[in-house]
Amino acid sequence: MTRFFANANYDFIGVRKYAYAITAAIILPGLLFLLVKGLNYSIEFTGGTLLQITAKQAVDVGAVRSALDRQGIHGAEIQQFGSANEYVIRARVAKAGTDANDTQATATEVGRALDGVLGQGNYSIQRTEAVGPKVGGELRQKAFLAIFLSFFAVLAYLAYRFEWRFGLAAVTATAHDIIATIAFIAVMRLEVSLVVVGAVLSMVGYSLNDTIIIFDRVRENLRKHKKETFAEILNRSVNETLPRSVLTHGTTLATLLALTIFGGEVIRPFALVMFFGVFTGTFSSIYIASPVLMAIEQRWPGPDVRGARTTSPKPISPPPAGVARKARA
Amino acid sequence: MFASIRNRTIIIALLVVGSIFALVPRSITLRERDPQTGVMRDTVVKQVPIKRGLDLQGGMHLALELDQSKQVSSDPKRDIELALTVLRKRIDEFGVTEPLIQKVGDSRIVVELAGITDPARAKAIVQRSAFLEFKITDKTRALEKALPSMDRTLRALGVKGVDTGGAKRPSAVEQLLGADTVKKTGDSTKKAADTTRKGKDTSTKAVAARTKGGDSTAKGADTTEKAADTNSVPGGVLESLIQAAGGQTPGEFMVAETAFPRADSLLNLPEVHRLLPRGVTLRWAATPTSVGVQSYRYLYALDEKSIVTGSNLEDARAQLDPLTNGPIVTFELDRAGGRKFGEETGKHVGDYMAIILDGRVQGRPPVIQSRIGRNGQITLGGKGLQEAQDLALTLKAGALPIPLKIVEERQVGASLGADSIRKGITAGLVGTALVILIMVGYYRLSGVLAVLALGLYILFTFGGLAALGATLTLPGLAGLVLSIGIAVDANVLIFERIREELLLGKTIRLSVDEGFKHAMNAIIDSNVSAVLTALFLFQFGTGPVKGFAVTLIMGIAASMITAVFVTRTLYLIWLDRRPAMSTLSI
Repeated sequence: MTRFFANANYDFIGVRKYAYAITAAIILPGLLFLLVKGLNYSIEFTGGTLLQITAKQAVDVGAVRSALDRQGIHGAEIQQFGSANEYVIRARVAKAGTDANDTQATATEVGRALDGVLGQGNYSIQRTEAVGPKVGGELRQKAFLAIFLSFFAVLAYLAYRFEWRFGLAAVTATAHDIIATIAFIAVMRLEVSLVVVGAVLSMVGYSLNDTIIIFDRVRENLRKHKKETFAEILNRSVNETLPRSVLTHGTTLATLLALTIFGGEVIRPFALVMFFGVFTGTFSSIYIASPVLMAIEQRWPGPDVRGARTTSPKPISPPPAGVARKARA
Repeated sequence: MFASIRNRTIIIALLVVGSIFALVPRSITLRERDPQTGVMRDTVVKQVPIKRGLDLQGGMHLALELDQSKQVSSDPKRDIELALTVLRKRIDEFGVTEPLIQKVGDSRIVVELAGITDPARAKAIVQRSAFLEFKITDKTRALEKALPSMDRTLRALGVKGVDTGGAKRPSAVEQLLGADTVKKTGDSTKKAADTTRKGKDTSTKAVAARTKGGDSTAKGADTTEKAADTNSVPGGVLESLIQAAGGQTPGEFMVAETAFPRADSLLNLPEVHRLLPRGVTLRWAATPTSVGVQSYRYLYALDEKSIVTGSNLEDARAQLDPLTNGPIVTFELDRAGGRKFGEETGKHVGDYMAIILDGRVQGRPPVIQSRIGRNGQITLGGKGLQEAQDLALTLKAGALPIPLKIVEERQVGASLGADSIRKGITAGLVGTALVILIMVGYYRLSGVLAVLALGLYILFTFGGLAALGATLTLPGLAGLVLSIGIAVDANVLIFERIREELLLGKTIRLSVDEGFKHAMNAIIDSNVSAVLTALFLFQFGTGPVKGFAVTLIMGIAASMITAVFVTRTLYLIWLDRRPAMSTLSI
C-alpha cells in the first residue's frame, strides 16, 4: 500500500516558535495592507448598481466612463469580465441628487449612457443588480453577526463534546484563520461579495473540521498513553493524522482547482478564498490550535484523565524510544 | 436491524429508489399570458424537479419598500399588507410560473419572478400605483387668475426670465436638470399620492391641515396679492410657459414639451402651489401631443374633488376599439360607484371629465353628453394592446395604498444562467474525476468502494434537494462541487484508521470493524460543527447564499450516510464474498 507520511514523527510542537514567526510575517503585513487599503466591498454591501453586458464589439472603456460622468455618475468601475466582450460596470455612487435608496434612477441612467456610447441594440444586458445603501448596510451587519455568532456556537459545541480548553484552542485557531483570510482578501483585492462571505464561513467549517480531527486524536491518545507528556501527545496526534490530512486536503484542493478553472467568473473568488483557507486551516490546526491547547493546559491544568501528567514541554526531543516503537508496531 | 447485509442492502436500495423517484423529470404546467390575444395559456414541460434559483434559470428579484418620501403612511404595517395583497393579485394576472411574493421583516416585500423576459414591464406592473380618478375640468378660470401672482412670487424668489432658469432652491435646480423619465414618474406618483391622501382623508381633516399649513403671514401675502391679481407681470416665467389651449375644454392649457419639466417643478414649489385657489388642482397629460411640428404637453386645472375613484372599480378589461382599432380599457364600477357616477355625471352634463391614472390625465377629457352608468372606457392614445392589458390588470387588482420603491434589484438573463449551469457541471465533472483518481490511486480497491459511495452521495444530495423542494443556486452548485472533495474525508478517516489497525497486526475483519468504530467520533464532531456554521449562513443569507447553506447541509447529511453506512455495507459484502482474503487492498 502507498502511504504518505507513514510513521511520521515530526516535532511540530518543538518548532512552534518558528511557526509563530511565519504567521506574524504573513498576517502583520496583511493586516497593515487591510488597514491602509481597506476591503473592496461588492455593491451588495455598499449599495450601488451593477450591469454585466455582452457587447457586439470591444468597448472603449474610457468613453463609457466619461459618458457616465456626464450623466452624473462619478467614479464608476468598468471591468472586463471573463470573455473578451463581456464587461461589468459598477456604479457605487447614486446619480447626483437622487434618493440612493430608490435604486431605479441610477440604473436607468447607466443604461442611457450605454445607449449613447455603444448604441442601442449593440449590447445585451446579462445581469443587473441595484442595491440601496440601506439594504447593503443591513446585509453587512448581518454578515458580521453570522461570522461572530457561528464562532460562539462552535465554541459551545466543542466545550460540550470535549471540554472548554479544546473549544477555546479551536476557536483561537479559527480566529487566526478568519484574520488571515481577510488579510488575504485585502491583499488580493478580491471583492467582498456574499459569495465570498459564504466562502469565509465554509473555510471556518473546514478548518475547524481539521482541528477537531487532531483534537479527537489528542483526546484518544490522552487515554491511551498515560505516561507521555502533553507535548508528546500533541506531537503524536498531529503525526498520526498527517496521512489523513494530506489525502483530504488533496481531494479538496482538486475540486477547488476544477472550480477555479472551469467554474466561471462569479465562482472564482469563492474558490480562491477556499483555496487559501485550506492552507491556512491546515497550518492553524497544527501550529495554532495544538500549541494554544498546550498553553491553556499549562495555565489551567485539566483535572481529568491526565492525572499527574506533567505539561512541561521539556522532554519532547529526542522522542522517547517507546513512542517510535509503538508507532511502527 | 442494521446488522445483516441483507437489511443494509434493503435500506440502501430504498434510499436509491427514493432519490431516483424524487429526480424523475415530471410535467410542470407553465401559466403564461399570450402576448397576442392576452389570454392565459398553459404549457406543459418535462423538467427535473430541482428548483433552480434565479441566478441559474434567469429572472428577477425585487425588494420593495413603501415610498414614504411623497406620502407618509399612517399605518405602515397595514399598508404593507395591503400592498402585498395587491401585488399578489397583479402578478397572478401577469402570469408567471411559481412567483414568490413575501413579506420580509416588517417593512419590506420581496418579489421573485423566474424566467421574466421583459424586466421593465414587470417592474412597471409591480410599481404602478394604478390609482384611477375622474374629475371635472375647472370652469372658474382659476389658473389664469392665479398666474400673475404666481409669477410675482417666483420673481420674489429669484426665478428670472425664460432662459436663465436660476431658481435658487437646490431642489428646484435638480428638478430642472433631471428632465428624465424617472423624474417624471416620480412627479406623477407624488401627485397621485397627493390625491390619494386627499381622497381618503375626511374633508374636515384636509381643511384643518390646510389652515394649519398656511400661516398668517402667508395669508396676508395672499390677500395683497389678490388685489393686484388682474395685472399680468411682464416677462412672467409661468405666463410665458403656459398658454391657454384655446379649445372647447375649460381649464385646458398647453406647455411646450421641452419646457414641461421646468414648468412642472416651478408649479410644484410650495410658495407657488399655495396660490392656487382651494378646491382646484393641476394635472398633466400622460403623453405629449403633437401640434404641427411642435410637441406640447396639456395641463389641466381640475376640480379637486373626484366624482368617483378606482376603489369603486369592479372589473376592467383590454379591448380594441372597433372604430379606431386602438387599444382601450373598458371598466365596470360596482353598484355604489355606479350610482354615484350616474348622479355626478347627471349633474355635469355638458362639462368635460378628465380620466386620471396615477396623477396623469389620460387622453383629452371627453364631454359628458348624458348621465353615465356603471360602464365606461379609457382610451389609450398611441399605445399597444399589451399596455392596455397591463393597465386593465393593475386596475382590476386595485391601487397600491402607498407607492412602492425598489430598494434592491437583481436580474439575471436566462442565457447567463444556463451558462453558469454548464460551467458548474464542467467543474463538477473535472473535480469528481480528480477525486476518483486520487482515491483509487491511493486506496486501490477500497478507493473504488469510496468512489461508489461518492456516486451515491451525489445521487442522495440531489434527491434530497428535490424532495425538500430546496432551491439550487450558483453558490450552491459551487458548494456541491466543493463538497465532493470534502465528502470523501469521512472515508479517508476510516481508511486511515483501518490501515493503522492492520499495521497493529489485527485481522482484516477486526481492523475494518475497529477502523469504523474509532473514526466515528471524529466524523460526527467535524460534521456537526460544519452544520452549525452552515446554519448561521442560512440564517443570514439572501437567496443565493441560502441555497448554498441548504446544499451544504444536505451534502453533509448525505456524506454521513454514504461514507459510514454505505461503505461499511460494501466492506461487509466484500469480506463476506472473500472470507479467505489475506491482504486488504487499501
